[in-house]
Amino acid sequence: MTNATADARSAILGRLRASMDTGPLPGLDTAVLERRAWPAAERVVRLRKGMEAVHTEFLDATPADWPAVVRAFCDREGLKNLLFGPASEAGAALADAWTPGGTQLLPYDRPVETFKEELFTGVDAGFTDTVGGVAETGGLLLMPGPAEPRLMSLVPPIHIALLRASTIQNTFWSAVKSLGWGRRLPPNALMISGPSKTADIEQTLAYGVHGPKRLIVVLVQDLS
Amino acid sequence: MHVESEIHFRDAAAKALLDPQLRANFRRAMDGLISKRRAQFPDPRDLQDLRDLSTAIRSRSLLNLPDLLEQLEASCRKNGIQVHWAETCEQANELILGLLQAKGAKTLVKGKSMVSEEMHLNAFLESKGIEALESDLGEYIIQLDGETPSHIIMPAIHKNKDQIARQFSQKIKDAKYTEDVDELTAMARKVLRQKFLDADAGLSGVNFAVAETGTLCLVENEGNGRMSTHVPPLHIAVMGLEKVVARLEDVAPLYSILTRSATGQAVSTYFNLISGPRGTGEKDGPQEVHLVILDNGRSRIYADPQLRATLRCIRCGACMNHCPVYTRVGGHAYEAVYPGPIGKILTPQMEGVGVRHDLIHGSSLCGACAEVCPVEIPIPEILVRLRREATHEDAGSKVEGRGTGRTATEDWAWRLWAGVLKRPTLYRLAAWFATRFGKALPTGAPLIKDWTRTRTKPVPARRSLQERMRAEGARHD
Ligand code: SF4
Repeated sequence: MTNATADARSAILGRLRASMDTGPLPGLDTAVLERRAWPAAERVVRLRKGMEAVHTEFLDATPADWPAVVRAFCDREGLKNLLFGPASEAGAALADAWTPGGTQLLPYDRPVETFKEELFTGVDAGFTDTVGGVAETGGLLLMPGPAEPRLMSLVPPIHIALLRASTIQNTFWSAVKSLGWGRRLPPNALMISGPSKTADIEQTLAYGVHGPKRLIVVLVQDLS
Repeated sequence: MHVESEIHFRDAAAKALLDPQLRANFRRAMDGLISKRRAQFPDPRDLQDLRDLSTAIRSRSLLNLPDLLEQLEASCRKNGIQVHWAETCEQANELILGLLQAKGAKTLVKGKSMVSEEMHLNAFLESKGIEALESDLGEYIIQLDGETPSHIIMPAIHKNKDQIARQFSQKIKDAKYTEDVDELTAMARKVLRQKFLDADAGLSGVNFAVAETGTLCLVENEGNGRMSTHVPPLHIAVMGLEKVVARLEDVAPLYSILTRSATGQAVSTYFNLISGPRGTGEKDGPQEVHLVILDNGRSRIYADPQLRATLRCIRCGACMNHCPVYTRVGGHAYEAVYPGPIGKILTPQMEGVGVRHDLIHGSSLCGACAEVCPVEIPIPEILVRLRREATHEDAGSKVEGRGTGRTATEDWAWRLWAGVLKRPTLYRLAAWFATRFGKALPTGAPLIKDWTRTRTKPVPARRSLQERMRAEGARHD
């Protein structure tokens, strides 16, 4: 810290401390959040409805056939390539099942600096896993990291995300608690509810402004 | 000392009222936002419970503010985020310039940040030879025209698509004229993608900062916030010091009520939680993350128990969307970074109640803002308090510019009024004159003129109440 910012720090904190009062803290009644709860099957329906309302597309899959579902989508769309994280569990499973020809699997296994230009201009789609979903509003929870870099779900025009029905939580609030995000977080974690959008021109919705133009959720039905 | 207000909200508002295009643009947008918000809160009990919870969370954060800021700083440091403090906007600007220069950065892409507007960061950096480019579509649109935001959530809301179409075709290289919103969006996407790719640094605001985990939360729909914070090698985040909350759990209800109050969305497209620079083994993300914590008058607002409520604000913009004044005159008439009801209480407290007493008085105190505010800020009560502060120097008050809004004319008017009220004979005489000749006073007479400009002239009753009571035989008991 430079001198200027250290001085500013002590001046600011000093002023705040001088005006702090030691009243009792108001209680937090979270009943309104706890009321938002649904059975597992209904959570899937809610999430899907919420996300479809903002243009997310869904593909149904089973624990066994999801790599084939991803593949079929890529072929159908005529994608040139698909960026994936070879070190992630889902990425490895996808690579195992991938047959040669057609859409080419592109591993994101090096620092972005070595292929930034190509990432921005030469990649058709990115594939990532998720760590859960949110039923109340619709939304996917992602934890990018070494195995699944941050930009995979942002830069390519299509983002394909794998979601297991059993990981869908009631609310963002309950998800934060059950994933332990409140205690420790990786450098980046996020919720995504649909493709990138804007309403900045005359309140008219337009999709695909900076991030992906399409979000495809491969929904694995793994509820017993 | 009396400070003449250099800025006259009344005049700017009067001008705006005469602009039918502007009024139509705002009316359409605000009606849409109001009904979308309403649809998000179908159950009044849920809404009230969520407001109570959100208010309690923000109040708790403020009660613990210095402790939480220190905890935030420590958690951020542990996560590898470097923390800086600035008392004034000038300090914050210099700080950011220093960070950019240390990396030899020449271009900066910006996610939306109202604090950076408060700092006039773009103009400052441009004067130092650094390009600061807004990447939120609305901010990009107004930056092309050298304008300021007219709304804190939707900065380009004062423009319609014909105006934007014309502007794009003139200002973007090789752009053709189109009024198609998808095509206009695609044009901006093309320009800005290249900028994200090339930028040396990215800047963002902060919606909530979590003390316990050292996390910066960013709410957005476009993805430009993620681009600005994850693509360039350097990320600088700026926040007002009130933005901190204790735990990530606390953020969940605030986030929920924020998106629903702001744009009537159940959830934003992205809710981005940043807790550090590129970690070990990570292949992307910035090498460095810096957090600049700005005071700019906030610690002074904090010192007053009543005015402190101002700092609960989560910048949803609902108060402006529902304000009968804002929806008619638009954001620019306020000539302030923060327009609408929140701006009316925030700007005078930052810049001085004397210089901005035009804002404090530009309200009918109808209470629509307080009714929708997700954190229950009593905006009308604060306005009344600030009206007093502008003309009085009360002991113990720390309000910036207190007492400087006093004018000799107003002083004399009140003295005259008090003098008449204190003397029964004089009062009766005045009442007699007013009831007999009040009707004859010309509409253009001084003082009356101000009132009758937009209203009909009040006509006094032919007999005063006292006279009638006496005539009808009513007695004091
Ligand atoms: S004062 Fe309340 S309604 Fe207005 S922007 Fe702040 S939180 Fe929203």
